[in-house]
Amino acid sequence: MSDHHVTGVGSYVLVFLALMVLTAATVAAAFIDLGAFNDLVALLIAFTKAALVVTIFMGVRHASRMAKITVVAGFLWLAILFGITLTDYFSRGFLG
Amino acid sequence: MSTAPPEAQTQPVSSKLRPWGKQHHFDSFDQQQEASYFGMWLFLAQEVMFFGGLFTAYIVYRTEHTFAFTLGSRELDVQLGVINTAVLIGSSLTMALAVWAAQTGRRKAIVAFMILTILLGGVFLGIKTVEYSAKWEHHLVPGPNFHWEGSQGNRVEMFFNLYFVMTGLHALHMIIGMVIMAVACWWAWRGAFTPENHNFIEGLGLYWHFVDIVWIFLFPLLYLLGRNVG
Amino acid sequence: MSAENTNYLNNNYGVKSWLLTIDHKRIAILYLISVTFFFLLGGLFAALIRIELVTPAGDMVQADTYNRLFTLHGVLMIFFFLIPAIPGVLGNFLLPIMIGAKDMAFPKINLASWYIYMAGGLFGAWAMLNGGVDTGWTFYTPFSTSFSNTYVISTAIGGFLAGFSSILTGINFIVTVHRLRAPGLTWFRLPLFVWAHYATGIIQVLATPVLAITLVLMIAERAFRIGIFDPALGGDPVLFQHLFWFYSHPAVYIMILPAMGVMSELITAFARKRIFGYKVVAAASVTIAVLGFLVWGHHMFVSSQSPYAGVIFSFLSMLVAVPSAVKVFNWTATLYEGSVSWDTPMLYALGFIGLFTIGGLTGVMLATMGIDIHVHDTYFVVAHFHYVMVGSVLMAYLGGLHFWWPKITGRLYPVFWAKISALLVFVGFNLTFFPQFLLGYLGMPRRYHAYPEEFQVLNVFSSAGASVLGLGYLIPLIYLFWSMRYGKKATSNPDDAFGLEWETSSPPPTHNFHETPNVTFEAYDYAARETARQAMTQPVGDPE
Repeated sequence: MSDHHVTGVGSYVLVFLALMVLTAATVAAAFIDLGAFNDLVALLIAFTKAALVVTIFMGVRHASRMAKITVVAGFLWLAILFGITLTDYFSRGFLG
Repeated sequence: MSTAPPEAQTQPVSSKLRPWGKQHHFDSFDQQQEASYFGMWLFLAQEVMFFGGLFTAYIVYRTEHTFAFTLGSRELDVQLGVINTAVLIGSSLTMALAVWAAQTGRRKAIVAFMILTILLGGVFLGIKTVEYSAKWEHHLVPGPNFHWEGSQGNRVEMFFNLYFVMTGLHALHMIIGMVIMAVACWWAWRGAFTPENHNFIEGLGLYWHFVDIVWIFLFPLLYLLGRNVG
Repeated sequence: MSAENTNYLNNNYGVKSWLLTIDHKRIAILYLISVTFFFLLGGLFAALIRIELVTPAGDMVQADTYNRLFTLHGVLMIFFFLIPAIPGVLGNFLLPIMIGAKDMAFPKINLASWYIYMAGGLFGAWAMLNGGVDTGWTFYTPFSTSFSNTYVISTAIGGFLAGFSSILTGINFIVTVHRLRAPGLTWFRLPLFVWAHYATGIIQVLATPVLAITLVLMIAERAFRIGIFDPALGGDPVLFQHLFWFYSHPAVYIMILPAMGVMSELITAFARKRIFGYKVVAAASVTIAVLGFLVWGHHMFVSSQSPYAGVIFSFLSMLVAVPSAVKVFNWTATLYEGSVSWDTPMLYALGFIGLFTIGGLTGVMLATMGIDIHVHDTYFVVAHFHYVMVGSVLMAYLGGLHFWWPKITGRLYPVFWAKISALLVFVGFNLTFFPQFLLGYLGMPRRYHAYPEEFQVLNVFSSAGASVLGLGYLIPLIYLFWSMRYGKKATSNPDDAFGLEWETSSPPPTHNFHETPNVTFEAYDYAARETARQAMTQPVGDPE
């Protein structure tokens, strides 16, 4: 429950504008050669955008503790899925 | 409630339109709303894991076949992708405003904002249809129709495997959301949602924002690979 | 007076009142009927398998047919019996009552869960009627995607739907436990059955969707040639296995955790004692749920998964054995100096302790990479998982079903036949599956319909045991059914057990309690309850 807190129109519009800027940024950064960092920059921007949507649009900023824990759990479990699966793929070459 | 526009209070609301009146097994309306909200969050957590399987496949294959994925990605239209991203984020804004309208008792605004959201969603899907048709014409749809000139054709097909499954599943989620939203528009028009009782809209909003977040990750991962080289 | 006699069974009659019910107790009965049906069907395939394996030659069925037998046995038992049984039947019935609530948080979604599960069953049945599936319940690619000529897609859809049902059940359980507890019922006063189902819900919500997407991808590859796992396109069949086992390992904890929850209830009730180490057992449930997500690669040691990843998975698998073992110690310690009675549920519970110990220890053996290399895909593995799934989960289910049968139906079952059956199950089970450890160790591979002559003796023992086991399952089917009409009527608390479910009538009224209970006792506090009772029998005394 958003705890009866009403986020104002202004906040939503500001977040929208920020998301537009970040979208432009990610496209621009994609065309600049940053070598290995292109991926990292793209992911960082994507995470920032997602964080804005989660905290403001989805109201997690004012949500109950269990809602916040659920959000964290979702991403944590995703990390488990990615991370441990990748230990297989990254270490396959070790034996040469 | 006194700050609500008058029409929210004068519309007669039949009990049939309010399936979200307090159910018998809850002690209070608040308890019910908190439960429903929590339930939606848990549902979204499992949606994260659902798409997560696809992202896992993406990460594994992108790492193993980076060059081929770059080739595939360059076949995608960045301009259309950017427009779609802006459109979808815009639809998240309109959905958030629909929730705001529900929280502040603005009946007509709820409907207007949700209709806008559906329209923007429609634009997104329309652009996706254009993109998909173009892929078909260029023989980039996986299966018997796929054809790639040059090396790495097989692995480029894998890129498109993921492109179609990921964006397709995403589009399916959008369609489902839009259908439910259309029904919610009807209910909202009949005055079913008040500042005290609009959990359905909040839940729908959460779902829609989730769909937006999936795209926020899909866009750079699918469209923006390898653009940094000439 | 008639209002007092109204309970959830007689408050309404007719098919519609059952098929459109939103009462969690009636939904539990719907699940009871369905899971029993699927269990019998899965058991039929098991019987056919064991009959074939009496002789070394593949003389009863062809290899192709045999593949379909063990596949259907696995699919039915895992997705349509073991996963839904305890949560769907006992969890659904008891959870709201144990927390003093009137129903689950989302009663309509609860009903939808059952319908979705049945829809899944229909797809499975469709596949069965069209010759079944031969991929093994594990659907490994590329056989499932490119080479099998059976109804893979239909079965996969069935599994998808059963999974979705499981997800919705998990969401319902979690929200119910968080939000609908009665006044005074703090987290650490909850019955451990509730903790177990809460932990199970976490797994259901976070693991099942990965199975869902894996099945979707398999269907996409098979139906539309979108070859996500196709090596020709740079795909990796082992990725299928990663995604598949990411769910399917936690799935076994979806099966065992509710069973362990039942165990805590049975042991405390029939030792008439508080559980030893309540908080530890509660914490162990959640720990198992979390750690269970980290170990899936132990199913893939010989798949060409990197051995370094294998080492990590092996180590983590050892870890997850710890909280499980802790629970066994706690139950045993609960028995110590308890007032143990040899009622049927206790017989099942005691059987569980022994069989789960064997199953668990052999699991640790399998987690040891060096051993698993030799016994992977042999009967050693088959024996291990039957010890934990049948020797443990099924025994707990039967024990729980007997314990709460009077509460659910308002009738008592015939004790003599119940005890005989428990004995038959225990003896039959061990006779069936212990030889399989030896067979596996000696090298007999699984999923083969023919085998070398030297393995016949042990196979004959195993098949003989299966007959005894089957009898042990059939007899309860008969007397439990019989008791619904002819059994003695039960009081609200026939075993004088501790728990909110025993404070209401047998069967319970529609809304579970006439008044919302206010909880002041700690869990299983038999001693405190005794004190309170003695205080109440004093002719003059202050009410506490």
